[in-house]
Amino acid sequence: MTAASTTDTASGTKMETHKDRQARIYGAVLLGLAVLVAGVFALDTAGDATFRLSRPRDPWVVPDLVVPAAPFNFFVAAVLALLGLRQFMRGGFKWSTVSIATGFAIAVAAFLVWATAGKSFSLTGMLSATVVAAVPIALGGLAGVLSERVAVVNIAIEGMLLAGAFTGALMGSLLGGWGGLLCAVLVGGMFGFILAALVVTYRMDQIIAGVVITLFVIGVTSYVSSQVFSEYRFLNNAPVFRAWKIPLLGDIPMIGPVLFNQNLFVYGALILVCAATYYLFHTRYGLRARSVGEHPRAADTLGINVYRTRYINVTLAGMVAGFGGAWFTLGSVGRFDENMTGGLGYIGLAAMIFGRWHPVGALMAALIFGFADSLQQKLAIVRTPIPSEFLAMAPYFATIIVVAGFVGRSRPPAADGKPYVKE
Amino acid sequence: MSDTTNQQDLMRKLMQRAAPGRAEFEDLVIVPIFAVIVALIVGALIMLATAVDIATIGKSYLALLYGAVGSLNAISETLTSAIPLVLSGLGLALGFRAGLFNIGAEGQIIVGGIAAVIVGFSFEGLPWVIHLPLALIAGAVVGGLYASIAGWLRATTGAHEVISTIMLNLISYRLLDYMLSLSWMQREGRSDPVSKSVVPSAELPRLLTDIDPNLRLHAGIFLMIAMVLLVHWLLFKTKIGFEFRASGENPDAARYAGMRASLIIVLAMATAGALAGLAGANQVLGVLERATPGFSAGIGFDAISVALLGRSHPVGVLFAGLLFGALEAGGRQMQVDAGVSIDLIGIIQALIIVFIAAPLLVRAIFPWGFQKPASGRKE
Repeated sequence: MTAASTTDTASGTKMETHKDRQARIYGAVLLGLAVLVAGVFALDTAGDATFRLSRPRDPWVVPDLVVPAAPFNFFVAAVLALLGLRQFMRGGFKWSTVSIATGFAIAVAAFLVWATAGKSFSLTGMLSATVVAAVPIALGGLAGVLSERVAVVNIAIEGMLLAGAFTGALMGSLLGGWGGLLCAVLVGGMFGFILAALVVTYRMDQIIAGVVITLFVIGVTSYVSSQVFSEYRFLNNAPVFRAWKIPLLGDIPMIGPVLFNQNLFVYGALILVCAATYYLFHTRYGLRARSVGEHPRAADTLGINVYRTRYINVTLAGMVAGFGGAWFTLGSVGRFDENMTGGLGYIGLAAMIFGRWHPVGALMAALIFGFADSLQQKLAIVRTPIPSEFLAMAPYFATIIVVAGFVGRSRPPAADGKPYVKE
Repeated sequence: MSDTTNQQDLMRKLMQRAAPGRAEFEDLVIVPIFAVIVALIVGALIMLATAVDIATIGKSYLALLYGAVGSLNAISETLTSAIPLVLSGLGLALGFRAGLFNIGAEGQIIVGGIAAVIVGFSFEGLPWVIHLPLALIAGAVVGGLYASIAGWLRATTGAHEVISTIMLNLISYRLLDYMLSLSWMQREGRSDPVSKSVVPSAELPRLLTDIDPNLRLHAGIFLMIAMVLLVHWLLFKTKIGFEFRASGENPDAARYAGMRASLIIVLAMATAGALAGLAGANQVLGVLERATPGFSAGIGFDAISVALLGRSHPVGVLFAGLLFGALEAGGRQMQVDAGVSIDLIGIIQALIIVFIAAPLLVRAIFPWGFQKPASGRKE
């Protein structure tokens, strides 16, 4: 954004007015949140909200966090109103991003306090669930980053996740957990290779290719699951990777159970995000991949094999998505159900956009989506006046807002979505 | 694709349109036929791989054919399945023509169906000439509004319609679950999520019950034919249709010519959504006579394939919809007769689209069926 705003004076002043308008919109949103928090979350509440931070059997027990509901929420409303008013003052746009992020965060806190007033609620449990829910989204987003960095739009992530989940269940039942995981990664990679072949060699429209791969995987997995699994149940009964507690680190209060007492997939996702960041931004192969995504003609002139680079990176993306797909079966229930990924691949794609085509950004975005998801599940238990269907819609609304709000401000790779014809 | 700006290429395309030659024929006829044949062969291989024996495979394809066109009942079922596919496929085709990849037909079908069913059970004692059109229009309007959310987001913020329509689909599933749990919507004396039944004055009447009361073909077929003609007229005979096609072919040229890109995007999405909403209304008023969980049954996704297979041309969509309706109806027969899961049809449909959308792939598999490429652009 900063680079764009300093191009020339004419567009510079235009940017300023645009930013001022944006600042006013954010200000209005913040004031609206303030009214909501004061009018609903603060007035309509009584008692204390108790957040449990540790379980009774933990080595170091942390006392519960007790928040008096009404005063806390009035305080939040006041802060929101201040942040909102700041947006309308001169130079408010400087604080726009920070204000809106803080505003949403404390509004969510106020909502949580309102929902748990007079009850108690395991905060650690929810954060732990957040990390678990974020895994498939983060891996889907990472698969998106890897393929879009070489300018191949990957709508097939959903299908690759589903293929990984299916293979994990089938081969996991036959070969055990590790064998199933390996096969899931390979099958994911195979679909990545097919996507690359369709769009690179046969120059099929990238979005159509992705949609078709997803439709095909849904067809095959549903067919096998109703034709074969219903009869031979032992083929759909895979072992599950249990949580491994990392010694010492796992005993840290709060952080330990959230980060260091998880299963293979959580650690795997974190390692893959680090590895992908290193690969894309600190190795020469990553530089080549990115140059293919930005300007394939120039890369070709420098002797980089554009087609091969695209094949390799999209296949890698498929392997990452296959690993993420195995989470659904080997990482949680051990059994495949038709269409069990339920659109998380597309949310992964949104996480990629939100994360500005960067692996770490995608992970952060995935954590936000994971938080929304686990919040909804926990609140369904706590019983709030809001119907659970609407809470379930929250991540989808969040995705739309994110895609609408960030797409103009973060830039995809320049050649994204365009086929390359070698001369 | 990216080199449409290239003058010579444009001239070649214009010439091709002026005088459709052999290449056109290959694209429109030979490629789809090969695609269907290859898809059926791969389907058979998949059945073999899942331990279905050869005799059963033969039996299942015979059942597929019989269930699609083998009897009056089969034809009635084929047409009944084709109607919503053609209606929503027309909407998607119109979007494709305008350069919009709308994956949201499923959600638009759901909200359109909900609106139609509410109108359908709410007014009693209206004559059908008012009630039925009212219910259909309600479905179309709500479907159109729902789709134009995605269009509006694309036009104002640049949010890609693929992601926003997928999210709107997911939202619509939850919305349907929620609506079906409301007391004023739910059928009296039932605890399961089923809506009240549509009153007879809002039903699309069945046409062939005089011959056999089990024949499900209903008046929606006239709606389907009318919409094929209407969309054809809209796309090829009106100014707005020209603007849709122009901004799909070359958005920059369209903008330089003074067309309002944002308005066109919103209008194209709204029209597409209205057609999908009509498909939803058609399902609840003609087939189910109520709204049930998951009544959209993946029609919106199959319609994507129908629009692609029909090459985004209204008449093509009609034929593609009939083919997919036949596969659907035949697939049900296949499941009953041969015990092969109907999900196989989904695989065959996906394969057909792969081969349709990648003509180079079909040419690579069947090199003898085609002319040699003249310009030698294949590497």
